[in-house]
Amino acid sequence: MGPNKVNITLTRRRFIKSVIFSAAAASSGAGWYMASAASNPAGGVERLVSINVNGRVRRVDVLPQETLAHTLRYKLGLTGTKVACNRGECGACTVLIDDVNYYSCSTLTHNVKDRAVLTVEGLRAEDGTLHAVQAAFIQELSPACGFCTSGQVMSAVALLKANPKPTRQQAREAMSGNLCRCGAYDHYLNGVMRASGQLS
Amino acid sequence: MPSNDNMPEMSLYQPVQVEDAISLAGTLAERGWLVGGGQDTYGWIKDRAKRPEALIDLNGIESMRGIRETADGIEIGALVTLTELANNALVKERYSLLSSAAGRVASPQIRNIGTLGGNVAQDVRCWYYRRGLNCYRAGGNLCYADTPEGQNREHALFGASRCVAVSPSDTAPALVALEAQMVIRNASGERVVAAEDFFIGPDVDIRHTTVLRTGDVLTAVRIPAKWANAEFYFEKVADRNVWDFALVSISAAMKVTNGTIEESRMVAGAVECTPRRLTSVEQAIQGRARNQETADAVASLASQGAKPLNYNHFKMPLMDNLVKRALTV
Ligand SMILES: Cc1cc2nc3c(=O)[nH]c(=O)nc-3n(C[C@H](O)[C@H](O)[C@H](O)COP(=O)(O)OP(=O)(O)OC[C@H]3O[C@@H](n4cnc5c(N)ncnc54)[C@H](O)[C@@H]3O)c2cc1C
Ligand code: SF4
Ligand code: FES
Ligand code: FES
Repeated sequence: MGPNKVNITLTRRRFIKSVIFSAAAASSGAGWYMASAASNPAGGVERLVSINVNGRVRRVDVLPQETLAHTLRYKLGLTGTKVACNRGECGACTVLIDDVNYYSCSTLTHNVKDRAVLTVEGLRAEDGTLHAVQAAFIQELSPACGFCTSGQVMSAVALLKANPKPTRQQAREAMSGNLCRCGAYDHYLNGVMRASGQLS
Repeated sequence: MPSNDNMPEMSLYQPVQVEDAISLAGTLAERGWLVGGGQDTYGWIKDRAKRPEALIDLNGIESMRGIRETADGIEIGALVTLTELANNALVKERYSLLSSAAGRVASPQIRNIGTLGGNVAQDVRCWYYRRGLNCYRAGGNLCYADTPEGQNREHALFGASRCVAVSPSDTAPALVALEAQMVIRNASGERVVAAEDFFIGPDVDIRHTTVLRTGDVLTAVRIPAKWANAEFYFEKVADRNVWDFALVSISAAMKVTNGTIEESRMVAGAVECTPRRLTSVEQAIQGRARNQETADAVASLASQGAKPLNYNHFKMPLMDNLVKRALTV
């Protein structure tokens, strides 16, 4: 089989970031623009990307297979996003991408180029004022051990952006992708209801 | 020992035209792997149970997005997410069976990224296989689940052939009930396959759960107008309401005129390697009312012919009761 034959049909413009990359080419010191290693067709993603995290555009060297959780924690130092299961089964890694909640452990960083990522670090106002959800979670003593908290906060923020006055049942459903090993679910729900101004 | 927290080294392609995805899939062949939302994919790769060398990310392909009305029903792009499907006004209004099924997949965050294409093309969830054991489905010569000690509580009641794994998809039975058509493209063109023929059992091909083969891209799913606004019933029973796969699910579409069921499609999920059409139930309820009496009359038809394994007998009454509920709720 001659994989390189396909190169002609894959014009650069037809790829999102059409510069050629392959891990093998990079490690051989050939640089980002070098044609890919013999076994792969042209048109892989460029590693150096800009991503918008918490309102700041960051330039990062992102491996093709890298998850967003990995980039945030190990390349950008944003360790507020937790990784627990790393398999989409707990919600500790929840972040917002264009205002929607996702598991960052199960999202490729190369899929968030040109999109706005919001992590728990980005919620506080300039002057240090906490986000309404954070303040409400403190007031309601929502967290127990706290490990799931940043994920719970992010899912609550996503919910209130889409639905500022959810019913308790709607909130329960919206928060259902965030596991809490301490079982503090109702305390988090109290927090969500407080943050939405429905609990005094 | 690799750290299973990190994904192994791979290349990534992000084509924006379906022709390029097809061309890459053909060229990379066994070394390539198509990705929609990646929610089935990343687990395989993190666990090193499957090792593609390159991912072909379909997300940039605009033509595979969106839900459109057509002359005969609707067309759903394969990249439509489960959340979009669950919330789409047109789908909810006419084919609430499908929106209900999509809304019961996994968790909100997974539905926000998981695609319809990935949901129907996902691989089975048998943990022996997922763990990377070399069972029949993986190309080996034994089944770990179908042994006296095998943990097969989630496995099949019907259609086993060496492999006893079940179809994990919640949308698949709904699509079979709605007589959906799957639009598949590859280098030689387009073909359209009925949902019922799209899913295949181990007797046909033990390595695949669908007719999709290397170089094929599922581009869209068409739902014919035939079942629009019919009476529907969807229920999924799982250990937990979130994350867990169905133990049994029921997708029912019924055309009821003047109080009698004229025509119906009853499809069970998670009892066989493909969605299982309950044709004996469909025949038995034809011309009867959708009520308790009918439900009682057909009560045990659904599970007839089941060949339970050591730990999954409970699925038989579960199936029968779900059919009853579809006919009475
Ligand atoms: C914790 C967890 C819980 C889950 N629970 C459920 C559940 O309850 N019910 C359920 O149904 N599913 C469940 N899933 C399975 C699955 O991840 C999701 O259903 C999701 O819809 C898969 O879609 P995706 O786009 O993310 O798939 P991907 O991982 O992107 O793709 C899955 C497979 O389909 C192929 N593929 C994808 N798109 C196409 C296409 N257009 N053409 C050809 N091939 C394609 C890929 O190559 C891959 O083999 C769960 C997954 C996880 C991780
Ligand atoms: S049920 Fe199928 S997938 Fe599971 S161990 Fe047996 S052959 Fe493998
Ligand atoms: S760490 Fe991402 S869902 Fe558990
Ligand atoms: S507070 Fe401990 S896991 Fe949720």
